[in-house]
Amino acid sequence: MSRISTDDVAHVARLARLELTDDELETFTGQLDAVLDHAADVEALDVEGVAPTAHPFPLTNVLRPDVPGATLDRAEVLAEAPSVEDDRFRVPPAMGEAP
Amino acid sequence: MNARDVAAAVRAGERSAVAELDERLATIDERDGEIHAFNHVMVDEARAAAAAVDRQVADGEDPGPLAGVTVALKDNMCTRGVPTTCSSEILDGWRPPYDATVVQRLAAAGAVIVGKTNLDEFAMGSSTENSAFGPTRNPHDTSRVPGGSSGGSAASVAAGFTSIALGSDTGGSIRQPAALCGVVGMKPTYGAVSRYGLMAFASSLDQIGPFAADVGDAAVLLEVISGHDPLDSTSLPDAPPAVAATLGDGVEGMRVGIVDELVSAEGIAADVLRRVEEAGEALAAAGATVESASVPAAVYGLSAYYLIAPAEASSNLARYDGVRYGLRVDAEDTAAMNTATRTAGFGDEVKRRIMLGTYALSAGYYDAYYGKAQKVRTLIIEDFAAAYERFDVLLSPTAPGTAFELGAKTADPLTMYLNDVCTIPSNLAGQPALSVPFGPGDDGLPVGVQVLGPARSEPALFRAAAVIEEAAP
Repeated sequence: MSRISTDDVAHVARLARLELTDDELETFTGQLDAVLDHAADVEALDVEGVAPTAHPFPLTNVLRPDVPGATLDRAEVLAEAPSVEDDRFRVPPAMGEAP
Repeated sequence: MNARDVAAAVRAGERSAVAELDERLATIDERDGEIHAFNHVMVDEARAAAAAVDRQVADGEDPGPLAGVTVALKDNMCTRGVPTTCSSEILDGWRPPYDATVVQRLAAAGAVIVGKTNLDEFAMGSSTENSAFGPTRNPHDTSRVPGGSSGGSAASVAAGFTSIALGSDTGGSIRQPAALCGVVGMKPTYGAVSRYGLMAFASSLDQIGPFAADVGDAAVLLEVISGHDPLDSTSLPDAPPAVAATLGDGVEGMRVGIVDELVSAEGIAADVLRRVEEAGEALAAAGATVESASVPAAVYGLSAYYLIAPAEASSNLARYDGVRYGLRVDAEDTAAMNTATRTAGFGDEVKRRIMLGTYALSAGYYDAYYGKAQKVRTLIIEDFAAAYERFDVLLSPTAPGTAFELGAKTADPLTMYLNDVCTIPSNLAGQPALSVPFGPGDDGLPVGVQVLGPARSEPALFRAAAVIEEAAP
């Protein structure tokens, strides 16, 4: 039985901002299905009452002293950006307005 | 000459850092066309750094414990003004505006950074074949892979391009290539080495660590890069234990366990198993007690890892959106630009993991996959804790077999993932583990033996590794 369908894969690709060709969709679905099938041993495991671990060591918020320090050089950062205008990152229209 | 001897000679003024570098650059010229360990060789920056070390020595100053020692960096560590690509089209040509903390520590110790090494794109892979810039080849046999994802760093040390190198290890990406290339590779305790400036793959698992030609060099390099960093909130605040000073203290009375579940895991080759047993015998001969140990949940590590790591990656790699750095493929609006950029910029394995992680985190599947995997992670930690009540260190194979042919495992991602079965549990538990070469396999290629220990047990791991290294056939 397959665990993940081409529709599922098309859905997660859209969520992840990836576009797949029909061939890729078929290939990736088969490959992801095999990985999820291997993970079935975890699915079958009884973990009732076990606490989840998100991180190997218990961490609380780590704060630095509230003292101003050096920041990245703006010109150096913007020099590596794909598009810049008025010292800002420039992007195509985001809210549907005309360019 | 090992890194310790190079540093001693440079500090004593008996050898020039520039001469040391020039020899290494000549070796790279000769052989890296074939091996492809490097994405980028930093000829000018390295010459300037080596000349500065020689000037310090001439002025009566001490450049530090790695004076004039050549080092290679996996190309997922930021170097200011020097291309840092993660072997991905999406970052091709990008030059970071800052240095990773490990880069600053290496420079402060007198090391000479020679270049940025090839990896599986965003450190996702076990063979260094998933690179946008072509595969790296194993210096022992160029028809074979070097392992991965830090294959370029392992190959650099194995080929003598640099004395030492840094890699990153999320599920075995230092230890497995070290085993396949016949060098020492080590994943430190989570939080021992700052991740500031390391491109994030799976933040709760990633750790930077050393590659070296021998255990002694790995210990010196580990000490240089370890220590608290306020720029990494997961950095451990306490001082790391010294490892180099106690390296030769032996294993008298050390309790060593050979992990049953890992030696009997799917696909472990007979010659690799024999080497693990022989390494155990060598430790016993040196005064350790060696018995079999059980870490029952370790067998579930692979499945848990391939849900947790992609889940974290799907979140971490959301930042590659064409807005602030790297590739942009233009489109009519921002969302379409994001999609066009990511579709063109990421390779297939990265796309596969992003989709797997997105799926494991998506509504309706979170509890069955990601939530379940996090609970399995707890079981693995508990089973290790029980084992470490009886044992000081554990022993297992590093990789299931020796280096395989290029292309042998690329058709089926799951087959490739099975390479990591013995290395993954330590990442899930945040614990240190080390791979040390222990003789050839039946095919004459290197075999690595893995030594595992609880958090902050690096001194014991290095003592055991030194004994294994000494006894290696």
